[in-house]
Amino acid sequence: MMVQTNTTWMGLSLRNPLVASASPLTRKVEGAKRLADAGVGAIVMYSLFEEQFLHESKEFDHFLSRATHAHPEALDYFPDLGNYNLGPDEYLKHLEQVVKSVDVPVVGSLNGCTKGGWTEWAKRIEEAGAQALELNVYQVASDPDITSGTLEEKLGDLVVDVASRVKIPVSVKLSPFFTSLPNLAWRITLAGAKGVTLFNRFLQPDLDPDQLAVVPQATLSSSDDLRLPLRWTAILAGRVPAQIALSGGVHNAKDFVKAVMAGAQVVQVASELLQNGPQRAREIVDGAVAWMTEKEYDSFDQMRGSMSQAKVAEPWLFERAHYMKALSSLDDRFV
Amino acid sequence: MSSDSGSKQMLTVDATEAVAMVAHKTNEVIAIYPITPSTPMGEFSDQWSAQNKPNIWGTVPLVIELQSEGGAAGAVHGSLQTGSLTTTFTASQGLLLMIPNMYKIAGELTSTVFHVSARALAAQGLSIYGDHQDVMAVRQTGWAMLCSNSVQEAHDFALISQAATLESRIPFVHFFDGFRTSHEVNKILPLGEEEMRAMVPAELVAGHRRRGLSSEHPFIRGTAQNPDVYFQGRESSNAMYNATPAIVQKAMDSFASLTGRSYKLYEYFGAPDAERVVVIMGSAVETVQETVKALNANGEKVGVLAVRLFRPFDASSFVAAIPATATKVAVLDRTKEPGSSGEPLFMDVVVAANEMGRKFDLVCGGRYGLSSKEFTPAMAKAVFDNLNAASPKVEFTVGIHDDLTHLSLDFDSSFNTEDPKSVRCLFYGVGSDGTVGANKNSIKIIGEETDNHAQGYFFYDSKKSGGLTVSHLRFGPNPIRAPYLIEQANFVACHAESFLEKVEMLKNAAPGAVFLLNTIWNKDQIWDKLPREVQEQIISKKLRFYVIDAYQVAKDTGMGNRTNTVMQTCFFAISGVLEKAEAIAQIKKAIKKTYGKRGEAVVQQNFNAVDQSVENLFEVSYPGQVTADHSRPDAVPASAPEFVRNVIGKMIAFDGDNLPVSAMPVDGTYPSGTTMYEKRNFALEIPEWDPSICIQCAKCSLVCPHAVIRVKLNKSEDLTAAPTEFKHVPAKFFKEFPGHDFSLQVSPEDCTGCGLCVEACPARDKTNSARRAINMTPVQPLLEKEKVNWDYFLGLPEMDRTLVNPSNVKNSQILQPLFEFSGACAGCGETPYIKLVTQMFGDRMHVANATGCSSIYGGNLPTTPYASNKDGRGPAWSNSLFEDNAEFGLGMRLALDKQEEYARELVKKFSDVLGDDLVTAILTAEQKTEKGLAAQRERIAILKGKLAGDASPAGKDMLELADLLVRRSVWIVGGDGWAYDIGYGGLDHVLASGRNVNVLVLDTEVYSNTGGQASKSTPTGAVAKFAANGKGFPKKDMGLIAMAYGYVYVARIAMGANDAHTVKVLQEAEAYDGPSLILAYSHCIAHGFPIHKGLDQQKLAVQSGHWPLYRYNPEIALAGGNGFQLDSKDPSVELEKYVYNETRYKMLQAQDKARAELLLGQAKQGIAARWNHLQYLASQGKAVG
Repeated sequence: MMVQTNTTWMGLSLRNPLVASASPLTRKVEGAKRLADAGVGAIVMYSLFEEQFLHESKEFDHFLSRATHAHPEALDYFPDLGNYNLGPDEYLKHLEQVVKSVDVPVVGSLNGCTKGGWTEWAKRIEEAGAQALELNVYQVASDPDITSGTLEEKLGDLVVDVASRVKIPVSVKLSPFFTSLPNLAWRITLAGAKGVTLFNRFLQPDLDPDQLAVVPQATLSSSDDLRLPLRWTAILAGRVPAQIALSGGVHNAKDFVKAVMAGAQVVQVASELLQNGPQRAREIVDGAVAWMTEKEYDSFDQMRGSMSQAKVAEPWLFERAHYMKALSSLDDRFV
Repeated sequence: MSSDSGSKQMLTVDATEAVAMVAHKTNEVIAIYPITPSTPMGEFSDQWSAQNKPNIWGTVPLVIELQSEGGAAGAVHGSLQTGSLTTTFTASQGLLLMIPNMYKIAGELTSTVFHVSARALAAQGLSIYGDHQDVMAVRQTGWAMLCSNSVQEAHDFALISQAATLESRIPFVHFFDGFRTSHEVNKILPLGEEEMRAMVPAELVAGHRRRGLSSEHPFIRGTAQNPDVYFQGRESSNAMYNATPAIVQKAMDSFASLTGRSYKLYEYFGAPDAERVVVIMGSAVETVQETVKALNANGEKVGVLAVRLFRPFDASSFVAAIPATATKVAVLDRTKEPGSSGEPLFMDVVVAANEMGRKFDLVCGGRYGLSSKEFTPAMAKAVFDNLNAASPKVEFTVGIHDDLTHLSLDFDSSFNTEDPKSVRCLFYGVGSDGTVGANKNSIKIIGEETDNHAQGYFFYDSKKSGGLTVSHLRFGPNPIRAPYLIEQANFVACHAESFLEKVEMLKNAAPGAVFLLNTIWNKDQIWDKLPREVQEQIISKKLRFYVIDAYQVAKDTGMGNRTNTVMQTCFFAISGVLEKAEAIAQIKKAIKKTYGKRGEAVVQQNFNAVDQSVENLFEVSYPGQVTADHSRPDAVPASAPEFVRNVIGKMIAFDGDNLPVSAMPVDGTYPSGTTMYEKRNFALEIPEWDPSICIQCAKCSLVCPHAVIRVKLNKSEDLTAAPTEFKHVPAKFFKEFPGHDFSLQVSPEDCTGCGLCVEACPARDKTNSARRAINMTPVQPLLEKEKVNWDYFLGLPEMDRTLVNPSNVKNSQILQPLFEFSGACAGCGETPYIKLVTQMFGDRMHVANATGCSSIYGGNLPTTPYASNKDGRGPAWSNSLFEDNAEFGLGMRLALDKQEEYARELVKKFSDVLGDDLVTAILTAEQKTEKGLAAQRERIAILKGKLAGDASPAGKDMLELADLLVRRSVWIVGGDGWAYDIGYGGLDHVLASGRNVNVLVLDTEVYSNTGGQASKSTPTGAVAKFAANGKGFPKKDMGLIAMAYGYVYVARIAMGANDAHTVKVLQEAEAYDGPSLILAYSHCIAHGFPIHKGLDQQKLAVQSGHWPLYRYNPEIALAGGNGFQLDSKDPSVELEKYVYNETRYKMLQAQDKARAELLLGQAKQGIAARWNHLQYLASQGKAVG
């Protein structure tokens, strides 16, 4: 019997639950097409970073204006032709093209930095044709005066703002560093989000002791990284109404299967596709289907959540006891 | 001229834009080259073509930049001869370079118009400002010359001359006053395409095209002619010239019927029964017209005749235009022809009157307005008064005080003719604060959004950092035709408080005027901070005094140091020019228009600044008497030499206009090293040294563009009187100088605050990695003590050069720089190289400097940076022209070589007196080391002692030339515009000559001085003016070209990538007894990146392979080795990481991503190919180095 691969995500029909996560692969229409051709169920666009385009815009203005009208021989230093592709227009145009060029749902991704920016650009992304929106709320809390409660409240407010202004479904991509993730996920759902994406991948800056410099580094994930989102997917699955998109550490068919079993509605993949090419999407899906065929699963929907915390024989293994056991296994190895 | 036909259609533009609008619409090919003040006309044309704006026939004109004005003229000539409507724009020396082609174009009766923003010529000094010396130098070429007197006329005459040239077949120079008209912003009625089409009929265009060369119907033009026919040929076109004035008048009449604006070839204004008449040309016509109106209103009978068509001079029309009642005529020329019987217009008037049998009782000729010297109604009145004087001056000058030949007319400066309905405003800004840009916006707001007329004119000083700008704005219900500076302002704004101490700005405030000051002090504190002179003016003139801390508002609203929007808002809020709410709405509209295309964030930021401004604006209540405890300081210290105090000091204080003729050096010779007397005090932060972290590498000193960071090594006994806060520590990193202390001192008053030094510092605090051995610190708490320390530091002994091996960076920095405190931009990438050269060779150095940035910061008055050491030795510097610098430097070398040769011959002649040992020692002296040079100087001192008193001709010559026996170092310095483009032919020849010259090319990859036009050094993908869509082909490889000679020392250096390499190259190049070419990567504000990161960008340029470092040393090649050495490693950084830090590249990404990617790919290919080639060269034979 054939495995049914099709599924849904926040109301969208997907041919399978493997979703290309936000990554540079979508910077070109060609890249998005290759993803679609490789059989992904949906594509999340690379993020529109409001802070970045605000910065670029101001920087551009600064250098076009600097030292102008200061010397009689050089009233300015650049030909000012106007019509610059600054700000979000280029992103939105590109998104529109991607939507037209692929036959799978395209999800916009937004990282805002101002209250007005989040809602304005969310609407513009919707107008550009995105069928859903992922809010990339990545932030590093560094101010000791701001409590976790305040941060979470702001996040809730933000989701209300955005979700109430767009008609397309919204998923919130979270970082793993919230104290009570289930509670937060619940509140986000109440605020209007249809989904949560677990998790955002941090830029982890490195230090160069020779140069005494901070070195921003983006590293790709490995299968080892899967365990963090896997655990939280398993804990949240069935406990919050939001649909879960698992993201981070899925590199092969086995990872994919595990993510769905933990309860992921869809599974997002980026590092593997960046490292080994978009065609890996098809290989992962095909591999999962082969495994499911062998194990006689009917569909992803059937398999989904079958190993969530609520549905495993030893649910406590996802919680503190699991930690204890891991430590003791380490002890065993080093004795 | 007729009156306006409704303000709705009007534009507020300057004449460069007004002229370019017509030229671009009515031509097919435009060949350009940048030269002030004509540059913007070429820039507009290039920009419009890049934006695909078509001409009146629907096709986009082809715009091309040439390598020089001579080249542009050649290209224009070729294009014209092939039947295309072709034009160019130029001025000054540029026009002179076109002269040979102009004779050809006229001789061949070719229709074209050259639009010239008339400018002074370089004589005793260069001047970028306006007069008629350049156009007068082409009056003999056979071109018609049409002069416009205002922005509107410049716009209109651009079309009239185009029409007239097509009909007459005589080429036209259309000219207008540089800066005064070219850069004045005024309200004009623009011409529409229909009017242009009507004036440029298709049949005349077709005729022009048919006269072009074509292989379909060949003919030959440009033959060589023999004595039998040349003369007759030259006379054959007389009839065409005779017909031209009528053709021009016909064109003017047609124009009048189309537009309602009528003009005459020679247009009289004034009393119909005038007795006295002034004849004049250019913007000053309007000044005299105003004066005439005022004088006639007082019962006088005077008039002015405006000369519009200067060539062909139509004696009949000219004389007919002068009222029959006129008996006395004064002719004013804006030019100078030394030794002539009179200036050209004067001579023409005399001849015309004679020809036409018109008798006058008196015809006198005067000069005025050279180099944009002010010409005011008061001066015009003096000219009329002279005509009535009992003993009038027949030859005179006006506007200056000539106390030598007493030609100047006295004038009463209180006479003025300002329209009482006009509002006159003065704004004193600092170059980088955006004041001028905001004022141009204000003029547009008032000119285009209201029924008012508006005029703006802008003064800039010559400094490229921290310079003063003064905006002169007039607004009013009547058309404004006052082409002179404002002397009675209703509104005075000082945008930079420090100028209150330097400029007497309130002398131009009218009684009851508004005075707005940007200050860090609040309304209750400010009064006590003002100098006595300012308080006196405020009280005596009963000024309404307002303050705002625009720096704070700008900072709080994210505007950085650009206070323009804040100050503009305050101006509208209190000047009363517009109703406040309306004004704010209009400012915001203008902001949206100006900045909208740069993103909404920029717009919002400016909006925010507008909203915050009014809230922070306060009126100051002040007492009725002066309470100040200080006066405005003298411009230069009392200890300065007399000439500096009496002459240069006045220029520094912006009072140079009042210097008499006798104060001027007669031949343009000025003392060196005068920047030390001009303390500019404009850095808000300066570097502070922390000796506990310092590793004494002196990289901060090396990179300091203004030589304000110095290091010295001194023995401890020299330091016993050090001020308590003077920092010095054992020189533990200078092992060869035991017992010495190391001091590093900053000149707080000369620093520009660029921050390059901090970025250069490799040492870090072990407990705080952000802190270095040198850190930027607010200037105020440091200023007074560091002034004391600096003075003390200067008095410390300089290092004995014979003890220093300058082969490494830190040693080079303990040598005294002889180039200091120039007016270069903060963070300049060129000046560190020049400074280093002066440290290494300055005391025996001759510099030939091409015109450009380096000649402006190197030689622009009032003060100049090339200095001398305690022995009085230092760089001897001169600037000839732009195009001839290599030859100029070669000439210096030839003179030195010849003088040295003669001196050596004389030494031999005097061997009896000198003794064989001394003669041999002198003639065979080793002079490649400082020890050798010092020893030679000692020998020469002995020689002079032995020959002292020898009065024989040979003895006198020997004494005069003896110093030539010390090896001199000739440096030919200039930018890439000179070396790659305009001066390339000469440079090539000089390199080929084999003579011992050192060519230092300060390569910014763009014409920096004229505002960022592409040169052949501009790299692939960079956006520059004249390459607005990104340069589509690679940078010329000057190094490889020069290397092909085999006997030229060639090197590419980048101080920020490898400073030791830079030092080594300079040493090798100087030591090589032949030509050397050094290409020095120079970061520049025209690249558009944070300038304090200049060294990082240099490093990335090298690491990405864009700027490989190498040396080719012919001495090694001659010795059988491989003279070529590649000094940088394989490219290790992606080109993107270098280029996309800079706006010049990022602009293209923002404009046209696909083209940016294409050109980036091409640039990468080019880098790879060149790298392979260089590696191949490096692999040939044995490298030695």
